[in-house]
Amino acid sequence: MTSFVDLEAKIPNNVGLKDDPVIRRALETWQPAYLEWWRDMGPSDFKQDDIYLRTAVGVGRGGWANFGHVKMPDYRWGIFLADPETEGERKIKFGDAMGQPVWMQIPGEMRARARRLIVTQADTEPASVEQQRLLGHTAPSIYDMRNLFQVNVEEGRHLWAMVYLLHKYFGSEGRDEAEELLRRRSGDPDNPRVLQAFNKPIRDWMAFFCFTTFTDRDGKYQLAALAESGFDPLARTTQFMLTEEAHHLQVGENGIARIIERTAQLMKEGVDPRKVGAMPLDLIQRYINEWSSASYDLFGGEDSSNAAEAFATSLKGRYREGDGLYKDPLALNQNYETEIFENGVEKKVQIPLRRAMNALLLEAYHADATRIVARWNRVLEQYQLSERVYLPTLRFNRQIGLYGGLWFNPQGEQISKEAFERKRTEWLPVDADYQYVKNCMIKVWDRGKFANWIAPPPVGINNQPVDFEYVKFH
Amino acid sequence: MTNFETNPDRYAHWKLTFDGAVARLAMNVQEDKPFRDGYRLKLNSYDLGVDIELCDAIERIRFEHPEVNVVVLTSENPRIFCAGANIQMLGSSSHPFKVNFCKYTNETRCSIENASAHSGIKFIAALNGTASGGGYEVAAACDEIYLVDDGNSAVSLPEVPLLGVLPGTGGLTRLVDKRKIRRDLADVFATKAEGLKAKRAKEWGLIDGYFSRSRFDEGIKKRAAELAARPKILNKTGAKGIVLTPIAPSVNADASELKYKHVTLKIDRAQRLAELTIFGPAEMPSTDPAVMRELGAEFWPFRAYREVNDALCRLRHDEETVGLVLLKTRGKIEHLLAGSRALAANRNDWFANEIILFLGRMLRRLDVTGKSFFSIIDEDSACAGSLLEVALAADRIYMKNDAGGKTQLAIGPLSTGLLPMSNGLTRLQSRFLKNPEHAESLAKSLPRMKTSEALAAGLVTFAPDELDWSDEIRLAIEERLSLSPDALTGMEASLRFGGPEAHDSKIYGRLSAWQNWIFTRPNATGKEGALVLFGQPERPKFDWRRT
Ligand SMILES: [Fe+2]
Ligand SMILES: [Fe+2]
Repeated sequence: MTSFVDLEAKIPNNVGLKDDPVIRRALETWQPAYLEWWRDMGPSDFKQDDIYLRTAVGVGRGGWANFGHVKMPDYRWGIFLADPETEGERKIKFGDAMGQPVWMQIPGEMRARARRLIVTQADTEPASVEQQRLLGHTAPSIYDMRNLFQVNVEEGRHLWAMVYLLHKYFGSEGRDEAEELLRRRSGDPDNPRVLQAFNKPIRDWMAFFCFTTFTDRDGKYQLAALAESGFDPLARTTQFMLTEEAHHLQVGENGIARIIERTAQLMKEGVDPRKVGAMPLDLIQRYINEWSSASYDLFGGEDSSNAAEAFATSLKGRYREGDGLYKDPLALNQNYETEIFENGVEKKVQIPLRRAMNALLLEAYHADATRIVARWNRVLEQYQLSERVYLPTLRFNRQIGLYGGLWFNPQGEQISKEAFERKRTEWLPVDADYQYVKNCMIKVWDRGKFANWIAPPPVGINNQPVDFEYVKFH
Repeated sequence: MTNFETNPDRYAHWKLTFDGAVARLAMNVQEDKPFRDGYRLKLNSYDLGVDIELCDAIERIRFEHPEVNVVVLTSENPRIFCAGANIQMLGSSSHPFKVNFCKYTNETRCSIENASAHSGIKFIAALNGTASGGGYEVAAACDEIYLVDDGNSAVSLPEVPLLGVLPGTGGLTRLVDKRKIRRDLADVFATKAEGLKAKRAKEWGLIDGYFSRSRFDEGIKKRAAELAARPKILNKTGAKGIVLTPIAPSVNADASELKYKHVTLKIDRAQRLAELTIFGPAEMPSTDPAVMRELGAEFWPFRAYREVNDALCRLRHDEETVGLVLLKTRGKIEHLLAGSRALAANRNDWFANEIILFLGRMLRRLDVTGKSFFSIIDEDSACAGSLLEVALAADRIYMKNDAGGKTQLAIGPLSTGLLPMSNGLTRLQSRFLKNPEHAESLAKSLPRMKTSEALAAGLVTFAPDELDWSDEIRLAIEERLSLSPDALTGMEASLRFGGPEAHDSKIYGRLSAWQNWIFTRPNATGKEGALVLFGQPERPKFDWRRT
């Protein structure tokens, strides 16, 4: 079953906006406000430049393979829901409503909770665009600049996807929330974005690649959990968002890999990366530590009654719930075992499984991120270097949850606050690091040229050569 | 045993600071310091320990800091003001504990309003983060509420939708009675788990204003300064506070006898009987307010009332099975009368005023205590003035009809309007609803009476003669203690508050009664009840029959 994709409409969509005048009008009213937000808070400048971007034209295979040079404000932000995986009636796969047909409307008693889940997710989309808005000016190449803008416009589309749900299924409160999404501002002390990690600036490209590796990956897992939802429109919206998110993770993973590669080349040649404006491994490690640990916090407390409710109400499942990875789709009468620290003593605790949903998702995330870091180490291996980077354990530098406010080294051993503070400059970036990286961020906008701290990618975008004119400046 | 005494040096959960006429009372709940084991005080949620400190702080502001006329109630936690009573604690507590806990917290909230109405202290709730459930309720006890407008923080009463119980710490009553929120809007608010953010909350009257995060402190400071500059209702210029010294009773090994300086509490657990004896002052009390202030916490009436208050709290929390409390007095009627006159005459002095207000609170605490009270008056009693009020608070009064006429009682000026019940009436007015002129004439003539006169005047219930006295008392005790404790609690609560309803009486009589009923219902506290399952993996299952 494939849905009709209306590409000619003011708002491209496959949700039948043409025949839904009420929602169409509401969204057409929201659209100018969105464009105004994009003008004010989207990438600063570059509005008249042609960027080689992909635009979604369908939700099937190849729906994304639509590349061309466009000016960002003219980008066709659309609303797409993935097609149902199966024909016929679909059933809810987990939680108390398991076995019931999926909901095409949100049940009244779940409305507030579902709205909160959606708003929390939605808020991160414009937030990251705001966090990244100045990066274009210091792009290490037009290839990377193009990737940045691709990520940005897709985050914008994710906002559209969530706003559609708010308008369509959540009444006047949904419309209010949609307006609020354009009103909050990343880092504004008076009107901050909902989640803390989305209020911290992405000051440089190291941070950008770390963000897309680690923080966008949180997004991937959150979306994956929502993609299991018993609320069908939410499930199908997030399923489609996941296809875009995968690209963002690629940008991050490849970005850090290329930085490590450049560093490895220099080390191999016996050149101190610091002497030539490249990124020394210890500094890369500190960035990894900072962004991974901040992203762990995004999953919420390991023991969370909120998470239990979201699962119990069949609104948010486990990672790949529908693939039958789990024995018991109800997740009742089971425990999740983990360690806590009481007065410095490590102790096993059992958390009822439903309350441990955040912990489960975080575990899946951590395993995934571990594979990414292993891939980065393969670059070092290829250059026959013995140095390695690592991913800190889930206990390191946590602000919330079971390990929040306690002190651990990156390997997860509990240490004293004093011991942590002594090691802080070794483990986490300090102002001098930020300053150093900032000084290295010099724009390189010539075709096929790359800044000295990052290796070129092995291949270009959409089979184009690496020295393709990804951005045409006007 | 529960210790209701503390002091700011020992606070775990609050930070109390002073800046001229403005006190700042900031909640900073230590997660790992619950009152008993078994739960963590997350998100500035509170339990009895947190509330004992809050109560102490308010008393200290009133007595130790007469210079204060504005209190800013806020949170040290920048994201959350207060998440209300701790749910794990409630879910794992016995029914009597829950009821007594809620009662105590209600009394503390009412004491905030009492200070606002009669001590000239205005309370500002500075909600620098979300206030949910009991967090909003404590804010509602303040005169003005300001919420941070950060797109995130909200006020809410999620008890009904999330916990299957009521916002029973005055929440519902204060919505409609105090803040005068329209009933339909109150209905929406009290069923909307996530509550309302600043703008809408202001529109609905749930808060009085809001400030952005960066302007919040400044906005609160400005408002506090405005309120601090308003004309004072009592002359406290240059007043120096007194020190609330500990009243720590000596307690015997099995805690069956508590000896305070002027009060003893004896507990007979086998019989479920307690005896509370209040000893009057040893000499004629001073009539000079300067001397009263000099004596401070040791001044007889104040010390004695604090002790009674402490004994009542302990009785409620530590002696759940005690069903009947005999109220006795010892001392000289002249001393009591003189003392009452001295307080009444000096009620424009801040300290005398605070003592009278404290006595009023103590008596209202007695009024809402779920135990039977019999007042016992014999020839050694000193049932006069303020201690006559204690007797009038009892469910029954037994007065010995001795041949010599030595057993007497006397009404003093405190009984004429200075010690209102929670329904707004004096105890005399409440007693003589059918005959208000009688109440008025007693209040005017302030008579001293022998037993037969008191009986005739309707001030006592029974007046056995010397021969029958001990037997009558014994029989009355035994009979009372044979009755259903639940029926007695309900009966007494219904009979004690004749006459009109007022804000406070609605909280104790209507809201609390419904709450206490809900607390016993399976829909809240059964194995599949909402309160019990909150935060648990399973979801509640309701018995859908409406009652
Ligand atoms: Fe996204
Ligand atoms: Fe993303």
